[in-house]
Amino acid sequence: MGTIRELYTQVIMDHCQRPRNKGELGNADLKEHLLNPLCGDEVTVYAVFDGGKVADARFEGRGCSISQASASMMTERLAGKSREEAKKEIDDFKAMMVGEREFPETEDLAALQGVIRYPSRIKCAVLAWTAFGNGLDGGDGS
Amino acid sequence: MYVALNPKRVKIGGGEEAGDRSAVYDAVMIRADFPILARRIGGKRLVYLDNAATSQKPRQVLDALGEYYEEHNANIHRGVHRLAEEATAAYEGARQKVARFLGASDATGLVFTRGTTESINLVAHAWGRKSLGEGDEIVLTEAEHHSNLVPWQLAAQATGAKLRFIPIREDGTLDMEEAGRLIGPRTKLVAAIHASNVLGTINPVEKLTLMAHEAGALMLVDGAQSAPHMPVDVAELGCDFFACSGHKMLGPTGVGVLWGRPEILEEMEPFLGGGEMIREVHLEHSTWNELPHKFEAGTMNIAQAVGLGAAVDYLDELGMENVREHERRLGAYAYRRLLEIEGITLYGPAEDRTGLVSFTLPDVHPHDISQLLDEEGVAVRSGHHCCQPLMRRLGVAATSRASFYLYNTEDEVDALVEALVRAREFFGAFA
Repeated sequence: MGTIRELYTQVIMDHCQRPRNKGELGNADLKEHLLNPLCGDEVTVYAVFDGGKVADARFEGRGCSISQASASMMTERLAGKSREEAKKEIDDFKAMMVGEREFPETEDLAALQGVIRYPSRIKCAVLAWTAFGNGLDGGDGS
Repeated sequence: MYVALNPKRVKIGGGEEAGDRSAVYDAVMIRADFPILARRIGGKRLVYLDNAATSQKPRQVLDALGEYYEEHNANIHRGVHRLAEEATAAYEGARQKVARFLGASDATGLVFTRGTTESINLVAHAWGRKSLGEGDEIVLTEAEHHSNLVPWQLAAQATGAKLRFIPIREDGTLDMEEAGRLIGPRTKLVAAIHASNVLGTINPVEKLTLMAHEAGALMLVDGAQSAPHMPVDVAELGCDFFACSGHKMLGPTGVGVLWGRPEILEEMEPFLGGGEMIREVHLEHSTWNELPHKFEAGTMNIAQAVGLGAAVDYLDELGMENVREHERRLGAYAYRRLLEIEGITLYGPAEDRTGLVSFTLPDVHPHDISQLLDEEGVAVRSGHHCCQPLMRRLGVAATSRASFYLYNTEDEVDALVEALVRAREFFGAFA
């Protein structure tokens, strides 16, 4: 199978065209910029921590539908997570994108499952997540 | 040694029997020489429109590679046995063919490299490191491929020379007035892309050469997108260096060309050291082989060079004037058809284009366009096309690019346009 409709699902297109948490975040504790050298797309992720947990996560940038939808989903998933939990979410997601872990069946993230079939697009899907992971590694957080 | 193209296929000025309405030759018959063009992608016929990235290879080139390995393979120049003689003759024969193809008076200045990138790096090292210094300037254009930009950034860092850039105007052509102001007594080299891999512009490199020479500077022409698509004559261009890649002109990957004026190459330091490029080696020092071998260290991509020779035979048989005319018509047809799509932006000049068109659609990212077109068997390139500074100048992160070659047809342009219309409908349905 693997038709294009399995890649561009309603969920992905919804996140892409109505992204959640898109926009710059002033006074962010975490701010990380990353470029996808493949296509020149770029993303900046922001987070504010409160009590050791992500109080607000946002992203800004331009990119294809996969990268935009994935970034949008990420901001939703990381909200309320501690740094360790966020790190685990990111690692888990990357494992899903290389087929080493099952996608959660009932959540938006499952819509990204179809991307695995298109290896050149996996980089698009993990761009924002990698940026956030880099921010967690480099920044001093809350 | 190689299967010749059937000359009947070339019908200059003809077209009645042609499958293609405006043919200078029968592109449909030409296609039969390219096995890969019969491939199907997910049940759809392949419409290969990524020729600026790499061209497909005709049977004649594939056969030349096979024949070389099956019958003549040996290392060249030093063996005194039959195979070594044959392999050397095939390799040097290819050099002669390519030199003739590019209008060089002889093959002394024709150096085989891995491709355009290596050719330019060779000049940036072997000429640049010796000849550049503080206060010197290298004049490039804003539209350079990274392969004719980054080597000069490195050379500038190493020598203290400065880079200057000829701006492009809104229509994608070079601002020649500004070029006149930029090229001056400090200029040591002008290096410019002959045909843009993004805009389809053909730059006036002859004029730039005159300006460079008047200022006492050398001229390098990046011919990666010109040599495969139009007649090139280095003697007429008057340039000092010309670089191109075999794989973009029907040849195998791994082989490219640097042509340089012999008297300049003679003065240059070697690029890579090792076997073959030497004359006499002592423990502490060495002397260099004669041109062009001085720049061909180690075992070269022999089979690939032989394959490039076969590619040049094929192009000669078809005639580069015919190839250019076929692509000029196809490029103009594509430009016109694409403009029918509502909201589309096309980049580069409206006239005097090569056979490629870069475009963006509102609300559909180029990457997504590529993906949807792939679903229909249409292969285009989306991205920055190794021209990040030019993309910034155009104010986009990426474009999609359809690039044509001698075997593409108007039917394929139609397939592209129809697939694009469906892509827009597909994305529009979610909005």
